[in-house]
Amino acid sequence: MTDLITLKGVNKYYGDYHALRDIDLTIRQGEFFSLLGPSGCGKTTLLRTIAGFEEVTDGTLHIDGKSMKRVPANHRPTNMVFQSYAIFPHLSVAENVGFGLRKDKRLKSEKDKLIAEALEMVGLGGYGGRAAHALSGGQRQRVALARALILKPKVLLLDEPLSALDKKMREQMQVELIKLQREVGITFILVTHDQEEALVMSDRIAVMFEGRIVQMDEPEVLYRRPKDRQVAGFIGLMNFLEGKAGSHVNRAAAAPTKPAPIEVAQQGFLNRLRSQVGLAKPEPKRISHYQSGVEVEVAGLGKALVPADQIKAELHGKPCVVGIRPETLAILFEGETTDRRVTEGVVDEVVYYGDMTYYDVRIAGVEKPLTISMKNLIGRPVLEVGAKTRVAWDERALVCLAP
Amino acid sequence: MAGEQGLSADSKAGLSLVAAPFAYAIVLLALPIGAIILFSFWTQDFITIDTTFTLDNYREALGGQIYRTLLGRSVIIALSVTVVTVVLAFPIAYFVSFHVKPSQKSIWLFLITIPFWTSYLIRVFLWKVILGFNGVVNSGLMGLGIIDEPVTFILYNANAVVITLAHAFAPFAILPIFVALEKIDRSLLEASQDLGETRIRTFFRVTLPLAMPGVVGATLIVFIPTIGDYVTPELVGGPSGTMIATMIQTQFLRLNNAPLGAALAILAMASVTAISLAFIWLNRRWLR
Repeated sequence: MTDLITLKGVNKYYGDYHALRDIDLTIRQGEFFSLLGPSGCGKTTLLRTIAGFEEVTDGTLHIDGKSMKRVPANHRPTNMVFQSYAIFPHLSVAENVGFGLRKDKRLKSEKDKLIAEALEMVGLGGYGGRAAHALSGGQRQRVALARALILKPKVLLLDEPLSALDKKMREQMQVELIKLQREVGITFILVTHDQEEALVMSDRIAVMFEGRIVQMDEPEVLYRRPKDRQVAGFIGLMNFLEGKAGSHVNRAAAAPTKPAPIEVAQQGFLNRLRSQVGLAKPEPKRISHYQSGVEVEVAGLGKALVPADQIKAELHGKPCVVGIRPETLAILFEGETTDRRVTEGVVDEVVYYGDMTYYDVRIAGVEKPLTISMKNLIGRPVLEVGAKTRVAWDERALVCLAP
Repeated sequence: MAGEQGLSADSKAGLSLVAAPFAYAIVLLALPIGAIILFSFWTQDFITIDTTFTLDNYREALGGQIYRTLLGRSVIIALSVTVVTVVLAFPIAYFVSFHVKPSQKSIWLFLITIPFWTSYLIRVFLWKVILGFNGVVNSGLMGLGIIDEPVTFILYNANAVVITLAHAFAPFAILPIFVALEKIDRSLLEASQDLGETRIRTFFRVTLPLAMPGVVGATLIVFIPTIGDYVTPELVGGPSGTMIATMIQTQFLRLNNAPLGAALAILAMASVTAISLAFIWLNRRWLR
């Protein structure tokens, strides 16, 4: 894949306010790229900078090898789907979709055909004659998409396009956007504050806090190996325990039994989406056996061997924060056994979601209860608050982060 | 809804609320108009009114050269005032809406209404001072050496009426246009640029069409009262700036011919209505 958009050392100030800080970013041709972060982190500013609505104070922006310095929005090979959709209320659906074709030299009949095709592509075939102001939220968004895609931009920019839709509609549009992106092969840049949306849709995600890109990785890496506590807390749920890292050890010979490979739970929703889009269900990620790692003393759990790629070298021998995802912990119900390590706990809180139950379990030596998510499989009871239970955990799922 | 058993409590409450304004509208609007309409079909018989139904007044009003001239001139002056006012008001409204900081918009609107702090009559007199033979404009231009002797085409004619009325009605045109511009979602303008249009093109393809309800409103607000304006043509119009209202006043008070005056008033009203409706019809696609 070739690089399409390159930002180098981009800074943006609004007066004294430092909105973008030292942004270095490369987005490849055909990629579905997401900018993820809480509101006010600068993700929309970054998107608007690429679109040409904001000038950078400092640094360079290249699209398709050309510098975008002083190139106004109407001359950039980008098109945008606005958060409010920005559908022209005085025009019909077809006039909205054809808005950008004015300078196109083709015949009107050819343009009409293009418009009809674009509407067909977003599932609004036959809606051309409707008044734009009479459309529903989901339809507006499709019109906004068609209006941008008809111009065949090199990059499509999406500014929180799904945030105004209800949950069902949003999930449906996520699938459609992924399909559409594969179909047209255009680079998509999505701004969102919804981590699930970013994980589901993106090839790569840049997580932003306070104007800075903190981590840029594929969804899975981002989820499994967050760079710091902030990222870990923003992407999904994570339990944090105090820890003290020791040094690198190799216990190849010493391993008493070979532990079975464990499956790292994928989010059910992600799988569902993938199958809807027609992607094969991914092979369950198995963490391979490992025999060397860093010994970490984890509060409440005891000594554990953390895989070397889940702890940075500079943390060796230092206090750290140990992160554990709720789905890598497991409640052991009556009669269940495991070859994983087990600790005792008391149920502190139960939140029932239908397909899942989230437990907060208090274990000795840890102040904050651990959150554990369990699938409600057949025959599995829902425990009550106060119940004594055993919690299975696995050292291979631990991540050490800077405190 | 009120059933056959009588009015529900809600309907009663509603009707009693509406009763007072309704009575007010009857007494102050419908009755006077009704009276004028009635008068226009009667005739003046020296000091008494002959109440036999006749169309004579309308025949005379439409047939008489002087009435036709005055009515036609009133329409033309009112149209000129409207065009001048709206064309000048638009940039002001645009500036306040798009280029003034949000926190300062209300002070700007407040400044725009300043001319209203003095009476309409005084403002008209002030224009006499400004436009007169030895007025501000003439002495200024002569002082600068641009003209050798005072220009006379700016007072006691239709031009003076247009200038004075355009000034008087400016805020009425600025405010509705401003409101329409304020309602435009700014992301629409960005969307237009994103889709390849320049700022100027964006103005004509997005801003102006969306501001049209305000422009139509401003046009009607200026046009409707101007056509029947009496004070301004009386004071600054001179013989060539006289409008239909002066004739109506003359018929009612000087010539003691209320029925003919009433018929002229009805005809003026009818012209305003016809032109306004035609204008709205022409702009119907912007007013959905």
